[in-house]
Amino acid sequence: MLVSYEWLSEYVDLNGISPKDLAEKITRSGIEVEMVQILDKEIQNVVVGHVLSKEKHPEADKLNICMVDVGEENPLQIVCGAANVAAGQKVAVAKVGAVLPGNFKIKKAKLRGVVSNGMICSLAELGMETKVVAKEYSAGIFNFPSDTKIGQNAMEALGFQDAVLELGLTPNRSDCLSMIGVAYEVAALLNEKVHLNVPQYQAGPKSTTELIQAKVEVGSPLYVLKAITNVKIGRSPMWLESRLMKAGVRPINNVVDITNYILLEYGQPLHAFDYNKLNTKEIIVRQARDQEQLETLDGIIRTLTSDDLVITDGTKPVALAGVMGGSNSEVDAQTTTVILESAVFDRQAVRNTSKLLGLRSEASARFEKGIDMNRVIPAVEMAAAMLEKYAGATVCEGISMVQTKDSKAITVQTTLNKINGLLGTEISTKEVLEIFNRLGFSTVETDGMFTVEVPTRRWDILIEEDLIEEVGRLYGYDRIPCTLPKEETTIGQLNRVQKLRRLAKRMMETSGLQEAISYGLTSEEKSKMFSLYSESVQPIELMLPMSEERKTLRLSLIPHLLDALGYNLARKNEDVALYEMGNIYLPSANPEELPTESNHLAAAMTGNILNHPWQGETKKVDFFYVKGVIEALCEALGISEHLNFVRAENEGFHPGRCADIVLESKNKIGVIGQIHPELEKTWGIKETYAFELNFTQLTALSAAKIRYKEMPRFPGMTRDIALVVDKQTTHAELQETIVKAGGKLLKSVALFDVYMGDRVGAGKKSMAYSLLYLDPERTLTEEEVIKVHDMVLQALAEKNGAVLR
Amino acid sequence: MKERLQALQQEAVAKINEITDDLKQLNEIRISYLGKKGPITEVLKGMGALSAEERPKIGAIANEVRTVIQEKIEQKTKAIEEAIIQKKLASEAIDVTLPGRPQFLGSKHPLTIVIEEIEDLFIGMGYEIAEGPEVESDYFNFEMLNLPKGHPARDMQDSFYITEEILLRTHTSPVQARTMVGKKNKESFKIICPGKVFRRDDDDATHSHQFTQIEGLVVGENIRMSDLKGTLEVFAKKMFGPEREIRLRPSFFPFTEPSVEMDISCMMCAGNGCKTCKHTGWIEILGAGMVHPHVLEMAGYHSKKFSGFAFGMGPDRIAMLKYGIHDIRHFYTNDIRFLSQFKPSMD
Repeated sequence: MLVSYEWLSEYVDLNGISPKDLAEKITRSGIEVEMVQILDKEIQNVVVGHVLSKEKHPEADKLNICMVDVGEENPLQIVCGAANVAAGQKVAVAKVGAVLPGNFKIKKAKLRGVVSNGMICSLAELGMETKVVAKEYSAGIFNFPSDTKIGQNAMEALGFQDAVLELGLTPNRSDCLSMIGVAYEVAALLNEKVHLNVPQYQAGPKSTTELIQAKVEVGSPLYVLKAITNVKIGRSPMWLESRLMKAGVRPINNVVDITNYILLEYGQPLHAFDYNKLNTKEIIVRQARDQEQLETLDGIIRTLTSDDLVITDGTKPVALAGVMGGSNSEVDAQTTTVILESAVFDRQAVRNTSKLLGLRSEASARFEKGIDMNRVIPAVEMAAAMLEKYAGATVCEGISMVQTKDSKAITVQTTLNKINGLLGTEISTKEVLEIFNRLGFSTVETDGMFTVEVPTRRWDILIEEDLIEEVGRLYGYDRIPCTLPKEETTIGQLNRVQKLRRLAKRMMETSGLQEAISYGLTSEEKSKMFSLYSESVQPIELMLPMSEERKTLRLSLIPHLLDALGYNLARKNEDVALYEMGNIYLPSANPEELPTESNHLAAAMTGNILNHPWQGETKKVDFFYVKGVIEALCEALGISEHLNFVRAENEGFHPGRCADIVLESKNKIGVIGQIHPELEKTWGIKETYAFELNFTQLTALSAAKIRYKEMPRFPGMTRDIALVVDKQTTHAELQETIVKAGGKLLKSVALFDVYMGDRVGAGKKSMAYSLLYLDPERTLTEEEVIKVHDMVLQALAEKNGAVLR
Repeated sequence: MKERLQALQQEAVAKINEITDDLKQLNEIRISYLGKKGPITEVLKGMGALSAEERPKIGAIANEVRTVIQEKIEQKTKAIEEAIIQKKLASEAIDVTLPGRPQFLGSKHPLTIVIEEIEDLFIGMGYEIAEGPEVESDYFNFEMLNLPKGHPARDMQDSFYITEEILLRTHTSPVQARTMVGKKNKESFKIICPGKVFRRDDDDATHSHQFTQIEGLVVGENIRMSDLKGTLEVFAKKMFGPEREIRLRPSFFPFTEPSVEMDISCMMCAGNGCKTCKHTGWIEILGAGMVHPHVLEMAGYHSKKFSGFAFGMGPDRIAMLKYGIHDIRHFYTNDIRFLSQFKPSMD
């Protein structure tokens, strides 16, 4: 909402408060003033001039030489390039020495050999946006009405010695979508009274109802028509055009301008029908019929449904109720009799129609957000008075009205205790009464109970708390003290899962990974890649995505990390190790239920994990580095013994370098592997390893409680063995055999060498282990160890065909 | 004899002094003077010719000479060994300015740094951390927050719907409603709820279709707006420095009444006016208010008995202000040149 300071001062005494101070005051008490524009801030020395003559420039087709009377002894010779300049016009002249917006200084100049003592200005050159300038002047210079005084300050004549406040209104304060609404707000802040103009005109001889009758079938609690005859379409007075422009509205002609002016002043949209284009003497508000058509004022033919509300002339639709008029009843230059419509329409109906047809107008916005029923009649009466005065019209007596809902003020109660209890203040009864008085709410107080009559103009106030907010904001939030809740002391802490999540993140960082955060939405293609779930689990799609790239909810974090790796590699960041912890979204069987969200932990690494070339130590990331990161995490979480890595071929991974991470030997809860080289190409990445874990499932495992065990007091005995086995035999298989056969005395088994080559023969490999035997209670004898160790070797030979090397 | 012994001592000491670094020569001197065939032994052998009176005197002198030579040799040996070690160590010197073996440092995402800092601050004030789904029902995301279907404020946050009734949550506020509904005994509580939220915005420097929020909610029997103001003041001073001032401006949210926005005095210019605060001296940080009685009632709390306050803030915006980041998209691009700048110890 653009509010002219000059216009506002018509309703409220603004003496002694500058536009800037007023803006600050409004902002602090509830409505944000987004901008204060001082219209004549940078403009000096521009006056009204009278073009006495116009001649073509001898050397330039597009230039004219004008003699302009600016109220000085001699007329000025000015070269003007505007196509619409003509003798007899009153124009804005920037004299030599004038300053225009952007610190543009006017100097005496020679244009193609002809001296020019100034410039004839367009309104754009005077700082007004072209789109709000009347069409006939928007491409060229502006013409003042012919009675404008020559030599007068042009900004004064334009009504631009003014400031405009731009209000950013929250949805609850749509009462300030009108000058009168803003006036009440400002009056309350300044403790001033609001002065409203009273419409005055000479009615008759005809009455409105002789010409037209309103009928409402549905959708309008209050519907008013008023007939105006002998309308003479023409230009509005300068002050009216000025106020419209300052409010961001383009002047068109006096009838349209007046309806727009009333919209801005009262917040009441008016519509004017050309009476001679109506087929009957009835205006009927009804539901549209399916497939019914109406060409709206913007020239577009709209096909309607029964959800839309239309105004008809008894035979055909002539307007979309509250949204836009129809071309078939439009006021034009030949119009002499108009029917003014002032009404309240069903909010939801207007909202639906404007949304469905993509038609948002100043009028529809107000119908959607609320209308003061008590301004419907004053608004149309004021419009009638203005049409009489500025369009030479004759106003018909009375109105035609249909009202189905009363327009009484509502009553809300509150108490002093409740006010101070909720705000934490010590406001007195007197102060509360004063605040309600400033707001213009008539209030009765008995024993600390306030009974407040809320005028219909403040339809946002419905309950006690709304009143308390009014008291609070006018009392001043700065005056509310700072306290802390006096509740019982509570223990704040992270819950178990939250602690584990932080632990896991710290473990990733300790392992040298950097935390990434990526989007939950992805493309359909990427959402299906690297999923830990079966193919029957299909990703969830948005109803109305904004783009193909952000269309589907993710099932895996890996594609997002690969995106980030590709982005980094393209910028020559070669060594990248990223992890992300975030949710993936699994559809539920019943689409009416919320999806299941699983917290996943994933990482992707490429490049070096050690880069220390001068000592010859440079190492690229490999499968086992990444596996070590997971193992360290499981160690920290105390769940190492529950997880296994099982060789697997998963889509998207190198077929020989991929494993499922399996919980308790049955549930797959993760995957690790090298990204398939073919896929790496499409992402623009090189030798990348990644893993993803279902962290929600990991945290479902509980680590054993810590129980201290005495440190062994007796020495153990170590036996190293090198085994030759088939190449396919896995470490896990050998380890399992050793652990089973080693029994209680075997304390640990550690792999220390893997060899494949000529010395062990084709299809074979050598695996070397160090076995530690230990009894915490006593020193083991050589014989005991030999006995167990032989059993281990025997088991290895039997189960795994292992031969000692 | 005495003279002979003293001359031997002098001779030996002179020889020892001549040696600089040869342990072998030193050993030879030891053998030649102190050995069984050495001159001192020779002298002692001739002691039989001395009187009983002279014998012990000469014996004492001979022992003294022996001791002096012995000590001199030991001293010299020690000095030479010391010199050898020094020489070896000197040869082992390294260029300590050569680069060390690099450790790859992990790092927290800047949003995590901000979120954890806020979490820890409120945990210290007795709050628990509540969480809710990112894919939410229209019911919890809007209706339970006093935003019935067709409410004009729904325009303020156009949303990503999955079905007519399910959407990506547009704020963390549904966690408020879920927490209240979940409290079987309808008792007092204090929570904050961090999380991801989604809105239909085109991504640009100041908009992101996905960002983070932290919601706070306190419900009790006597919660006042002054408690909200005091809590927010503690928050502002902790996050942005003890010299920060706060101010509340009236605002509107459908789920709070009264509603406010909180500004802090600009940390860039100390309130004097600069580009960051658009020359107002104040920076808008968060929205807050007293829980709307409808919201309490819908969740089963009697609004006559209970009151509460709620606040909601954007870690993205806070991180941008704190670290001087000008493009919100940096948070989600994961460029390591960006991520590496946020070291764990820095604030």
